[in-house]
Amino acid sequence: MTFLRQMLTVAAKDLRSEIRTKEAINASLSFALVILLLFSFAFDPTSETTREMSGGLLWLAFAFAGVLILNRSFARELPNDCLDMLNASPVPAAALFLGKALANYALLLAIEAICLPVFGVFYNVTWTTHPGQLALVLLLATWGMTVVGTVFSALTVNLRLREIMLPMLMYPVLIPCLMAAMRLSTILIDGQPITGDDVAWLRLLIGFDIIFTSLAVILIDTVLIG
Amino acid sequence: MSKTPMRDSVLIVLGGLAAVLLTRNIWVMLTQLPHEAFQGAIFRIIFFHVPAAFTCFLCFLLALVAGIVYLAKKNLRWDAFAVSVTEVGLAFGAINLISGMIWARIIWGIWWTWDWRLTSMLVCWLLYAGYLVLRRAIEETTERARLGAVMLILNFSVVPFVFFSIKWFRTQHPQPVLYGDGKMDEIYRSMLYGNWVPLLLVAAVLVALRMRQENQQREIDALRRAAHSF
Repeated sequence: MTFLRQMLTVAAKDLRSEIRTKEAINASLSFALVILLLFSFAFDPTSETTREMSGGLLWLAFAFAGVLILNRSFARELPNDCLDMLNASPVPAAALFLGKALANYALLLAIEAICLPVFGVFYNVTWTTHPGQLALVLLLATWGMTVVGTVFSALTVNLRLREIMLPMLMYPVLIPCLMAAMRLSTILIDGQPITGDDVAWLRLLIGFDIIFTSLAVILIDTVLIG
Repeated sequence: MSKTPMRDSVLIVLGGLAAVLLTRNIWVMLTQLPHEAFQGAIFRIIFFHVPAAFTCFLCFLLALVAGIVYLAKKNLRWDAFAVSVTEVGLAFGAINLISGMIWARIIWGIWWTWDWRLTSMLVCWLLYAGYLVLRRAIEETTERARLGAVMLILNFSVVPFVFFSIKWFRTQHPQPVLYGDGKMDEIYRSMLYGNWVPLLLVAAVLVALRMRQENQQREIDALRRAAHSF
């Protein structure tokens, strides 16, 4: 119970400070919109092919925008040596990590919830045919992205080139997760439900989430304290 | 140098053996083995292409082991082994990718295709290149070793995901020749494994040399720190 309370306290603290300053979420949201705008120059945005690549576009925008939030997650604790204080506090590293991951998860989902309708309007795609399944894909893939991103955020927090290192190290590890999310989103935006062989992609997402959450919880002590 | 990881004479013998075996294998490949029925002469690239991939993944597996042992024992020799073996693995991965591209240019007419094996190999190569980039960015020795080991564990865990997920896309690659439906003649198969031996020897010599450099570098750094502390 204590663990859960500590985790939620850290998550609430991160969300509160983000809502007060809005530094990461504003930057991330405008970045996502800029990317969605830029995509319209890369191909004919009205054509039928848009639908075929819609999942890919959407998740690229989410992955690029997400990095800005994940970058801030641990970097926010650097001024005034807050990270050392957190490490010295009785909160175990795993609770600290999961709390931060939860806060990042909420922020990423919020950005996705804003971008999805905008994407639907700009590119004339209907994404509301299977809302439940699309929500499931968003929840699972975003958790995968969050958990990997938060570990790498902790791993790179003390580096000089933090802003460059995080996406460089994180994206290759995220490839399976992003690929599954892109495939499934494309199918759903195309108006088809997830059936038959495509269920395997859902299983892959679940497996990815479970394995990387466990690894992150096991390794975070080593990353933060050593 | 207080302690050498491996004696010069051992390295010279291993390297010499590799050179002799490679010369012998190349001679057999070019003069004794018949052309493959459909591909002609270029198929011989497989005798380097496939063993290079084996060596590469063996190196990545050893790097994982070295990373885990480092975290358990905190002995920097294991960190030196991890970085040496990763670098050699990347070199063999590059041999695999480049030899595959040369083959593809001749047989398929294109340098690159987003087939699952090519894509997976490239992703793995980038994952481990990321490990080296991360190491470059960290100055402090034990922090570098610790975070590097964590990265090795994360990297190796994602490799199966990469292979399975990318495999679900369509494939243009020739079907597996060592297992499954594909068949390979016995003389070719024995050459394929036979040529792995000298490549492994080369890899072992390179790892030993690289590890020696890494250990010397650490000694020099320690001496420099000691000199500055006065």
